[in-house]
Amino acid sequence: MSDSLLPEEFADLEPFAARWCIPGEPARYTARLNSTMADMQAFYDAAFPRVRDAMAYLDQFRLDELPERAENLLHLVYSFVMVSLPVEVWHQPRVIDAGTAYFDRYLEPAP
Amino acid sequence: MARATKSAEASWTDRYPGLGTGLVSYEDSISPEFYELEREAVFRRAWLNVGRVEQLPRKGSFFTKDLAVAKTSVIVARDLDGRVRAFHNVCRHRGNKLLWERTPKEETSGVCRQFMCKYHGWRYGLDGQLNFVLQQEEFFDFDKADFPLVSVHCEVWEGFVFVNLSDEPSQTLLEFLGPMVRGLEGYPFDLVSERYAFKADLNSNWKIYLDAFQEYYHASILHSQQQVPSLRSFESGFKAPHYQIDGPHRMVSTGGWKGVPRHMLPHDQMYPIEPLTEAGLMGPWQRPDIPELDPANLPAGLNPGGLDPWSISNFQIFPNFVILVYERGWYLTYHYWPTSHNTHAWEMSYYFPRSRTASERIRHEVTAVISKEAGLQDAGTLDGTQMGLESRVIDKYPLSDQEIAVRHLHKVTGDWVQSYLRDGRGVRA
Repeated sequence: MSDSLLPEEFADLEPFAARWCIPGEPARYTARLNSTMADMQAFYDAAFPRVRDAMAYLDQFRLDELPERAENLLHLVYSFVMVSLPVEVWHQPRVIDAGTAYFDRYLEPAP
Repeated sequence: MARATKSAEASWTDRYPGLGTGLVSYEDSISPEFYELEREAVFRRAWLNVGRVEQLPRKGSFFTKDLAVAKTSVIVARDLDGRVRAFHNVCRHRGNKLLWERTPKEETSGVCRQFMCKYHGWRYGLDGQLNFVLQQEEFFDFDKADFPLVSVHCEVWEGFVFVNLSDEPSQTLLEFLGPMVRGLEGYPFDLVSERYAFKADLNSNWKIYLDAFQEYYHASILHSQQQVPSLRSFESGFKAPHYQIDGPHRMVSTGGWKGVPRHMLPHDQMYPIEPLTEAGLMGPWQRPDIPELDPANLPAGLNPGGLDPWSISNFQIFPNFVILVYERGWYLTYHYWPTSHNTHAWEMSYYFPRSRTASERIRHEVTAVISKEAGLQDAGTLDGTQMGLESRVIDKYPLSDQEIAVRHLHKVTGDWVQSYLRDGRGVRA
C-alpha cells in the first residue's frame, strides 16, 4: 500500500483518490465543471457511506497536524461536498440559472 | 401546507412615510452621469468598510484596498503604537502607487517597518512620515516633514475598519452607523474569524446586486431548488417577518423557512448531504460551544424584532457593506465596489469560529459550498436585470411591501446625490 494516497482504512476509496484528492476549492470547482454526471455519481455513491467514518477518523488528529494521507482524505471529503450538489440538486455540473457567474474563492483556511 | 402571511399590522413601507409607495426608477443604476455624481456624493462622503482588524494582527501589518470608485487605493496599517491608520497609496515624490506586489492593479498585504517606493526608494514610516529621501541634498528647499503620506480618515468599529475619503467627514463613524447598526455591538466578531473569501467581477450596477440580497421575495422562485422537490411552491408567502430602517441603513430578519429553522426540518425535507454532515445552507447544525454565541448572550440589537424562532439578521450598512448574522453561530459579509455605472467588483466572506476538528472544518466547507451556489444564481440573473433596465423600454417599476429595502436603497442614494448637488459643489470631471 506504499503508493496509496489514502489511509489503509479507506482503501475502498483509493480508486477515486487520484482524481478527487484536490486541495483548494477553485481546483475542486474546476474538476466538477470538467466532470460528467456519471463520474460524479460514481464517486458520490462510493463516498457517501464512508463520509461519517472519514469524519470520525480525521477527528483523531489535531487539525493542524494531519498526516499526509489523512489530509488527502480530508480533501477527498471536500470533493464529495463539491459534487453532492450536482448529484442531489442540479442534476448537471453547473448551478441552474447561474449564467456565466463565477466566484473566485481566493482565501480559505488550511487544511 | 399553510403559507406564511403578512402580519395584520400596518404595511412595513407605510411605517416610513418618506419612502412612498409609488413606482420606482432605476435610472440611478444605468446612467453614467448618475454614476459620476454617486462617486462624489456617496463614495467620497460615506464611511466605507475596507476590512477587519484580523487582517492587521501585529505592529507593521498592512493591507491595501483599491477603490476604483474613488480612483484611489488606500493603505491600511497598524502603526508602532498599535493604532490602525489609513493613507492614500501614493508616493509624494512622483505620484507612483506606493505599495503593490505582482502588478499595480492588484492589492497586496504584509508586514513591514516602513513603506518603500519601488521607483526612487523614498521611505515612509507606519505613521506616514517621510523618513528617507535618496540624495536629499539634490532637492530644493526641501524638508521631509512637508511630505508625509496623505492620510485618510480611519476608524474601527467592532473590529471593522472604515475609511472616509472626504476632507472632513460630516459625521463620526459612530454617528454615521446610528443606533440600529450599533445594535450589533457586543457580537463576538473576534471569536468568529475562520474566513472563506470570494470575489467576482459582475456585470451590473452595484445597487442591483445589493437589491438581490435585501429581499427574500425572490427566494422561492430563483432559489426554488433550496427546497427538496416535494416542498417547492411558487407561493411561499411573506418571507421575512421583520424590517427596519435607520437613517441610510436597513435591516431584515428572518425566522427560518415557514418559521422552522432549517436544521429542525424532518430529514426527508432536506438534501442527503445535510443530515449526513449535519450542516447546510444555514450553517453547521450544532452551534459552537462558545458562550458568547449563545442567543441568550447575544446583543438584543441583533434581533430587534424579537423573532422567535430567529434565524438570520441582515444588516445593510450604507452604501455598500452588508453583514448577515446567523443564529447557528457564524456570519457573512458582502461588499459591492462599483467599477463603472454597470459593473462592480463584489466580495463575499464567510466567518466561522475557528475549527478545532476536521469535522467542524468539513461542516464549514459544506455551508461555504452550498451558500455560494445560491449566490451564483443571484449573480447569473443580474446580467439579465442590467440588460433589461438598460433597454429603457420601461422607466418605472413597482415594488411590493417586502421589497421595502430595495425602495429605501435607491431613495437614500438619490437623496445623498440631491443633497450633494444642493450644497452647490460642482461635480468633478
